[in-house]
Amino acid sequence: MAILTNPELWVLTVAMSVPIAYGALGGMFSERGGTVNIAIEGMMLTSAFFAVVFAHSTMNPWLGLLGGIVSSVLMAVLLYWAAVPLVADHVVVGMAVDLLALGLTGYLLVTMYGYNGTPINTPSLPTWHFPWLSGIPVIGPALAEQSVLAYLLIPVLLASWYLLFRTPWGLRLRSVGENPHIARSAGLSVRGLKLSGVLISGVLAGVAGAYLSIGVLNSFTADMSDGRGYIALAALIFGNWRPGGATLAALLFGFATALSIQLQGTAISHNLVLMLPYLLTVVAVAGIIGRTTPPASDGLPYREEEDF
Amino acid sequence: MRTRSSIEGVVRPLISVLLALVVSSVIMMLTHYSPLIVFSSLISGAFGNLPNFGSTLVDFIPLAVMGVGLAFCFQSGLFNIGAEGQYWVGAFAATLVGVHFASLPLVIHVAFALLAGTVAGAAVAAVPGVLKAYRGAHEVITTMMLSYAAIEFGHYLVESGPLSQPGSIPQSYPFANSASLQPIIPTTQLSAAIFVALAAIVFGAWLLYRTRLGLGIQILGKNPKAARVAGLSVPVLTILGLSISGAFAGLAGGLQMVGVTHQLFDGFSDQFGFTAIVVALLARNNPWAVVPSAMLFAALYSGAQAMQITAGIPVELSFVIQGLIVFFVAADRLLDAAVRGKWLQRPQGPKPVKPALEAKEVG
Repeated sequence: MAILTNPELWVLTVAMSVPIAYGALGGMFSERGGTVNIAIEGMMLTSAFFAVVFAHSTMNPWLGLLGGIVSSVLMAVLLYWAAVPLVADHVVVGMAVDLLALGLTGYLLVTMYGYNGTPINTPSLPTWHFPWLSGIPVIGPALAEQSVLAYLLIPVLLASWYLLFRTPWGLRLRSVGENPHIARSAGLSVRGLKLSGVLISGVLAGVAGAYLSIGVLNSFTADMSDGRGYIALAALIFGNWRPGGATLAALLFGFATALSIQLQGTAISHNLVLMLPYLLTVVAVAGIIGRTTPPASDGLPYREEEDF
Repeated sequence: MRTRSSIEGVVRPLISVLLALVVSSVIMMLTHYSPLIVFSSLISGAFGNLPNFGSTLVDFIPLAVMGVGLAFCFQSGLFNIGAEGQYWVGAFAATLVGVHFASLPLVIHVAFALLAGTVAGAAVAAVPGVLKAYRGAHEVITTMMLSYAAIEFGHYLVESGPLSQPGSIPQSYPFANSASLQPIIPTTQLSAAIFVALAAIVFGAWLLYRTRLGLGIQILGKNPKAARVAGLSVPVLTILGLSISGAFAGLAGGLQMVGVTHQLFDGFSDQFGFTAIVVALLARNNPWAVVPSAMLFAALYSGAQAMQITAGIPVELSFVIQGLIVFFVAADRLLDAAVRGKWLQRPQGPKPVKPALEAKEVG
């Protein structure tokens, strides 16, 4: 149990949870509008790469973040274009985006920087310090010193909740995700709303990706998102497609990941701990303990000619 | 009508692949690689000589076997995206059998290992089937999540679990000789597993087109309500559809162990389970069409390795091409839109192709 009181575990938990939480919140905006988004992984990876490219070429990490977000949003546009106007299967297009991101970033990494990795003088985003928090036992260090993007998660979470549940736009987005035909008969622009949801998912997945490459590090390595986009999707589902739930699930899954890292070299298998997020998600979807319910039209094709 | 739809079934995937090649050529030119050199070294890397062709066939085996199983499952309208995990589970089970029972004769030991892989793959895919049939849990989520859990379990098995061989490299004990198929083409890893794979393809096609079960699967896919009215048991078909695709994936995992690696280790898979989904989709879920489709992706894999060695072109380029193929296969309504002239201003309309499509639309 000494492992649970080790501050290192909690520092890692926050660091592991942040990208999962951004990814899950991003996925939420897409799926609440009815577009299944398994492309979070690919968007994250794309942003992680281009954040380094822009941070290095401008020597400004904030422009790096912006570049990463823009690249991720472009991937989101690709997802939207195929999934909504072209009525392609959301899951398959998401897989295409993931594969494309894996290939493009790996390919460009080699063609732009050779086999020695990204430049070592790439700037990274600032780390914030709150020394007065570090006195708290066990979790103090985890709260006192993190990347600026980790602290930014709190206002982003509140804004996500407010946007989704307290603004007309949020209500409209959710109605499109539940039943696009009724939404359209009420005069809403179904495609516009779906697009806005997918674009926000691109922005947030972009932040998650930049966090990986220039938030906690200052470099990009091939496939550095390493399945975090899929864990984010699991957190979104486990959190029942709600901002607070998704963030708590992200913390839980981040904790599992951190625990697995801390358990390396001990008698308990870290791999078995890593299975937990996925198994918990299956249990949640199956309704064995509580039940999660996706937006009713999530993933369904929307054709205007089928309006009633 | 029938000829029209079968022509369409051939032409549309071909156009999707062509579009992917055109767009990837643009990417190559932007990054100062000649598409001509890339494609010629890809092709010669995949088919240029007997050893290269042998290596392509080695990759063809798992892609085709899983692709046929997935095609069967997708025909029912169920989307199993966890083939990767089922492939891993098949590999574990085969390894469990393969490293033990060293006293068995070769054929029996190999058959036993493959059977273990097949059963294990089917069992793990049956879980999402049961959860879908009786709890309404969406199979896309459950197959995906179980797949990642299975892969972590595989890491556990080779790192610290019962199959792990002590030492610094995470890997299992090697297979007994009696469970290891030897190469039939020297200098390649191509073994008699290819014949098992071909038999599996024929079996998959027979199951889908010549049995009551296959008919039920097709009816379920076309119209679940009609299936219910016709007295078919939707829960049973759901569970069978998923577990049969899992059985094929498990068999593929077993074949990989018995025929190629003779040992379980982390990097054995190359994400074939995900690629196999695309193989099935490109084949439009027709088991026979899985053959050319799997061959294309196998060539992209093995050709890319050779391309990196001979021409110094990054192997990742192959993923770009694969991703674009998936994209254009999924978004094949793009073709209809292009015919209607809606997207004509876009650059991806290869001119020689459009008249053929227009003719098809008119005819």
